[in-house]
Amino acid sequence: MIGLSVCGVGLLAPGLAGWAAARRVLAGEQPYRYEALPEPKPDALPPNERRRGARTVRWAIAAAQEALQGSGVAAADAAPVCASSSGDGEIVVQIMSALAQPTREVSPTRFHNSVHNAAASYWSIACGSRRGAVTLCAYDASFGAALLEAAALIHSGESAVLLLVYDLPYPEPLLAVRPVREPLALALVLRGEAQGPALARWRIAPAPGPATISPVPISELASNPTAQALPLLAAFARNESASLHVGLASGCAVAVEARP
Amino acid sequence: MTPLAITAFSLASPLGNGSAAALEALRGRRGGLRPNDLEGVPLETWIGRVAGVEETPIGGELAAFDCRNNRLAELGLRADGFADAIARARARYGAQRIALFLGTTTAGIAETEKAFAQRGADGALPAWFHYRETHNLFSLCDYVQRRLGLAGPAATVSTACSSSAKVFASAHRLIEAGFADAAVVGGVDSLCLMTLYGFRSLELLSSTPCRPCDAARDGLSIGEAAGFALLERPQPGERSLALLGYGESSDAYHMSSPHPEGAGAAVAMREALERAGAEPAQVGYVNLHGTGTPANDRTEDAAVFGLFGDAVTCSSTKGWTGHTLGAAGIVEAVISLLCVREGFIPGSLNVASLDPALKSRVAIAAQVRPLARVLSNSFGFGGNNCSLLFGTLA
Repeated sequence: MIGLSVCGVGLLAPGLAGWAAARRVLAGEQPYRYEALPEPKPDALPPNERRRGARTVRWAIAAAQEALQGSGVAAADAAPVCASSSGDGEIVVQIMSALAQPTREVSPTRFHNSVHNAAASYWSIACGSRRGAVTLCAYDASFGAALLEAAALIHSGESAVLLLVYDLPYPEPLLAVRPVREPLALALVLRGEAQGPALARWRIAPAPGPATISPVPISELASNPTAQALPLLAAFARNESASLHVGLASGCAVAVEARP
Repeated sequence: MTPLAITAFSLASPLGNGSAAALEALRGRRGGLRPNDLEGVPLETWIGRVAGVEETPIGGELAAFDCRNNRLAELGLRADGFADAIARARARYGAQRIALFLGTTTAGIAETEKAFAQRGADGALPAWFHYRETHNLFSLCDYVQRRLGLAGPAATVSTACSSSAKVFASAHRLIEAGFADAAVVGGVDSLCLMTLYGFRSLELLSSTPCRPCDAARDGLSIGEAAGFALLERPQPGERSLALLGYGESSDAYHMSSPHPEGAGAAVAMREALERAGAEPAQVGYVNLHGTGTPANDRTEDAAVFGLFGDAVTCSSTKGWTGHTLGAAGIVEAVISLLCVREGFIPGSLNVASLDPALKSRVAIAAQVRPLARVLSNSFGFGGNNCSLLFGTLA
C-alpha cells in the first residue's frame, strides 16, 4: 500500500458550502440541509472566465483554491490530477445542438473549452505552473481512478498532488441518459506519508475482486459519482480510523485504510 | 527510470490495418489522406479515414457499445495479433493484474450527434441512444476491458491531443507503485462532426492534405486511428523494444495557442531524456507533433532546436496519417517503435518547400540507419504536453 497525507480539502455541493461546513455535517455535529450554492466565482480565473467560462472549470477551481489555502503547499508545487465522470454537459449540449442545425456553426471558444482537461489547463495558467497535469475519466469510478493515480504520482517522486474531482448535472436532453442531479466538486492536497503535518493519513492499494463499496452518507448527493469520496471524508471528519472501499472499474476497488 | 518492455503493439490507421501496412506506406511514401468523402459533411478538407470501420459492427452481448469509435477499437485489437497477445498475458499475470489506460478526446460522440439530429417533438433523445457505452469517455476502456477480459485498474486519459501519449506515463507509474504487473495502453479517436466543425471554427483545418513544416502550411487534416501496446516489466536478458522515458508538462499559457517559444514542449522533452538518463546526442530521431498549423510547427521547432540544436533528424508523420487527435500519441508511438526496430526514418510527406524559418534538421526524404533511441512528441489544447522516449532494452 502507498501512504498519503491529506493536507487540505476543498468541497462544494448543495448544503456543503466549503470544507468547514461539510466537516461539521459529515461529523454528525450538524444535520444535512439541502441548499443550492451560489455559482462559485474563483478569483484565480481571469474575470471573463470567472463570469462566463465553463461551469465545470469554475467549480473545480473554486474547490482547488479552498484546498490549497492553509495546506502548506504552494499551488505551483502540486501536480494536478483531475477526474470527471462526464465532463462539461452544458458545453456538450450547446455544441451538439449547434451541430444539429443546418449551419453547424460551432463556437470556437466552446470547442476549445470542451476538452476534458479544460479545468487542469485553466488551473496551470492561473498558477503559472508547467507541471504535467493528468485528466481522467472512469465513469462512476472516476474518483477511485484519480486516487490511484495520485498515489502512484506520489510514489514516483512528486512531492504533492492536487486531486480535483468534479461532476455537474447535465442539462436536458442528456440528463435523461446521465442522471447526475446535483453538482459536487472536491479538491484534496495530498503528500507522501512521512511529509509533515497532516489532517488525515490514508494507505491505498487496489483491492482485487468484487468489494462492497462504502455507501454515500448523504443520499441527496448520491447521484453524483464524486460523492463516492464522502465516506472517506466522513471518517476524516469524525477523526476515526476506517477501512473503506472506493469503486474502481470492472468491479474491483481501491482499498483505503484511513486514520486520523 | 526502470524501462518497460513493449512486447506487443498494434495499429489500425488511414495507412491500413496492422503495423506492417503502416510501415509499407511509410516506406513507399503512400499517404493515407483523401478528399473528405463523409456523407452529409460538405467541408472542403482532407481526412484520414480507416477502411473497414463501417463493415465491423459490434454485436452480441457488447452490442450496446456499437459506434464508430468502438468499431475502430475493435479493428485495432484484431490487428497485429494484439488480442491474442493479451490473452497470453492474462494467463501469465491474471486479469486483475493488468491495468488499462486508453486515450480519447471524443469517444463515440458521433452517436450523440446522430441522436441530437433525431430529437423528438418533446426534445428527448431517441431510445436507441446508449450514452454510457458510446458517448462517455470511459466507453472506450469499458469496451476494450470487456473485450479483452481484463479486470485491473482502468481509466481513460483525456488531455486533448496528448491523451494517448500520457497513457504510457500513467501505466509506468502504476506498475512502479506495484498496483499492476503489466498494462495495456493505447488510444482511439474517430471522425465526427464535433472535431471537424470545431477545428474549422478555429480556422485550423487545411483545404489541402496537411503539410507539416512546409513554408506554405496552412492547417491540419483530421484523421482517425486505433492503436495499442502491451507494457511489461523487463525480464533479465530480454532484448525487446522498450519505453525508456517519459516527460509531461503544461504550457501554462493559453487554451488553444501553444507557448510562443515552446517552453512547455521543451520541459516535456528534457524530462523524458532525464528520466531515461539519456543525452540529447543519444537520440537518433524526433517524431514531431507537427500538426501542420503555422503556430504548432514554429513553436515546436523552437523547442526542438533549443534542446538538440540542428544535430538530430526530425519530422512529422501527420502528412501520412492526418492528425488523429486523441490517438496521435499511440499512432506516433507505434511509428517510433517501427523506426527503432527497422532502423528507418520516414521523413515528411506533402512538403514542397521546407519552411526556411525552421531551424531544426527536418528530414524530407526517408533515411535508413540504426536508431538506438527515438523521441515522440504529443501536444494538446490547454498546453498539455507529453514526450516519450523509445528504444531497446540493453
